[in-house]
Amino acid sequence: MAEGARTVTALAVRGLQKAFGGLRVTSDVDLSVAPGERRLIIGQNGAGKTTLFNLITGELKPDRGTIHLFERDITRVPSRRRAHLGIARTYQIITLFPRDTLLRNVALALLGLTSLRWNPFVRLERQTALLARAREVLAQVALDHLADRPLAQTSYGERRRVEIAMALAQNPRVLLLDEPFAGLSIEERQDVRALVKGIPRDVTIVMIEHDMDTALDFAERITVLHFGEVVVEGTRAEVAAHPRTKEIYFAD
Amino acid sequence: MKRWTLAAVLAILATVPLWVSGTFYVNIASQILLYAIFALGVNVLAGYAGLVSLGHAGLFGIAAYTAAKILGAGGGHVTVAAAALATTVVVSAAFAVLALRGTGLGFVMITVALGQIVWGVAYRWIGLTNGDNGISIVARPSPFGLALATPRSFYWATFVVFLVAIASMAAFVGSPFGAAVRGTRDQPRRMTALGYNVWMIRFVAFLFSGFWSGVAGLLYLYYNQFVSPQAVALTASAEALLMVISGGTGTLLGPIVGAALVVVIKNVASAYIERWNFVLGAIFVGIVVFMPEGLVPGTVRVWRRGRGR
Repeated sequence: MAEGARTVTALAVRGLQKAFGGLRVTSDVDLSVAPGERRLIIGQNGAGKTTLFNLITGELKPDRGTIHLFERDITRVPSRRRAHLGIARTYQIITLFPRDTLLRNVALALLGLTSLRWNPFVRLERQTALLARAREVLAQVALDHLADRPLAQTSYGERRRVEIAMALAQNPRVLLLDEPFAGLSIEERQDVRALVKGIPRDVTIVMIEHDMDTALDFAERITVLHFGEVVVEGTRAEVAAHPRTKEIYFAD
Repeated sequence: MKRWTLAAVLAILATVPLWVSGTFYVNIASQILLYAIFALGVNVLAGYAGLVSLGHAGLFGIAAYTAAKILGAGGGHVTVAAAALATTVVVSAAFAVLALRGTGLGFVMITVALGQIVWGVAYRWIGLTNGDNGISIVARPSPFGLALATPRSFYWATFVVFLVAIASMAAFVGSPFGAAVRGTRDQPRRMTALGYNVWMIRFVAFLFSGFWSGVAGLLYLYYNQFVSPQAVALTASAEALLMVISGGTGTLLGPIVGAALVVVIKNVASAYIERWNFVLGAIFVGIVVFMPEGLVPGTVRVWRRGRGR
């Protein structure tokens, strides 16, 4: 694969460009995340944060640039295959299955990575190992007591945690969290923060957060996106001290 | 409770020829069952996959026409059934590849166009399909030595096929694959992110749906001993969809109830009222207004409310 001298990156994005018609959403984005790292991506509305995630997961095709997952070029790998290779994500706008129970939601996430998903002959209810694992994942986000409740009858804060449970169920190597604190109360935020902190180190996490204060203690390195470009990248202190950050966040 | 309802319905259906007098009503019961199989097939897509097809009469008709042609050429009953169903599945695959380029309205329009192509062939390609005059078969075949000539024996044969259809639907709905199909209906984007091949899941669901439509088409030919372009017309596709919607999309019992409703009104009401279409239309409007989710889920809802839940 790569030459031995180079350190392995969990996620490497190089020269990534995407335009919707005439509008450049990301222009020449470079991003390099080490294994086990906690990376925060911040930026104002329209900075191209979610588009970057959509490019990494393959929901969108880039116009130019490459994406590597653990040194493997996945730029042309279809989205569903990237899930099998270890990329999982959450959505800023809740994207769950409202008619199903929480257990069924998580079971569907587990099922996606097994060949059982094609089986029309067995009963899903009888897949005890899979369902037990689904309960475990729900316990990870402290929702196992609601496992049999339909998603439509849960609170917004609980759904946010199910979003994370879905991604954790996929046993990801790289986890992309798209504004996991959006719309949560202060108390709920603390729950989710503790939950994210408890995710083991073999999972690399990239988190988008609109609001700089919320996720600062989570991040080891911070990338600031502005109009589709990386303007600042570095440690918390470096980014906070950088004049461009102040310009973007405190200009007007 | 659901299980008991299903058992009760099946028990009633199994004994129809014993307590129904006169061949007229036994024949209507046979029609209900064969259209129920058709509606169950349509429901796989419309109900569970969220893909509304208005071209399934084309698949239904292809099975009927293929069987009629092969019977006419002197084929045996096994050959006829196998060839008719194989042809239907192959055509379903072609339909699916074209129709799955779109979802929602796009999917509907492509299936309308595909259904109309089949209708055009049935109507205009006289050398192949005998055009508007249709194709008759001399007699119902006797699969494995079972004479299907009498209304009673035909009813029971249809009932057995119907049971297999129900069993396969129940297995499908409760299976991991069934859960995946419903997932692609509710959140296709998430399903892709979870590692599912959404297109392929829909494709397989389409084949499954097409297969049962073909089975119904085959029974239709045996029942009527005749097939004409009327069977593949757009109104036939719409009728099948109405059966599903009026009974309850995405339920096991709904399409069966819907098929019963349409067949009964068509046959019984038309004996008394010339404009029976008006009656059917009025009933559909009533269903849409008072039970928009369909008769089966709607009745469950009303019943629960009645019990003070």
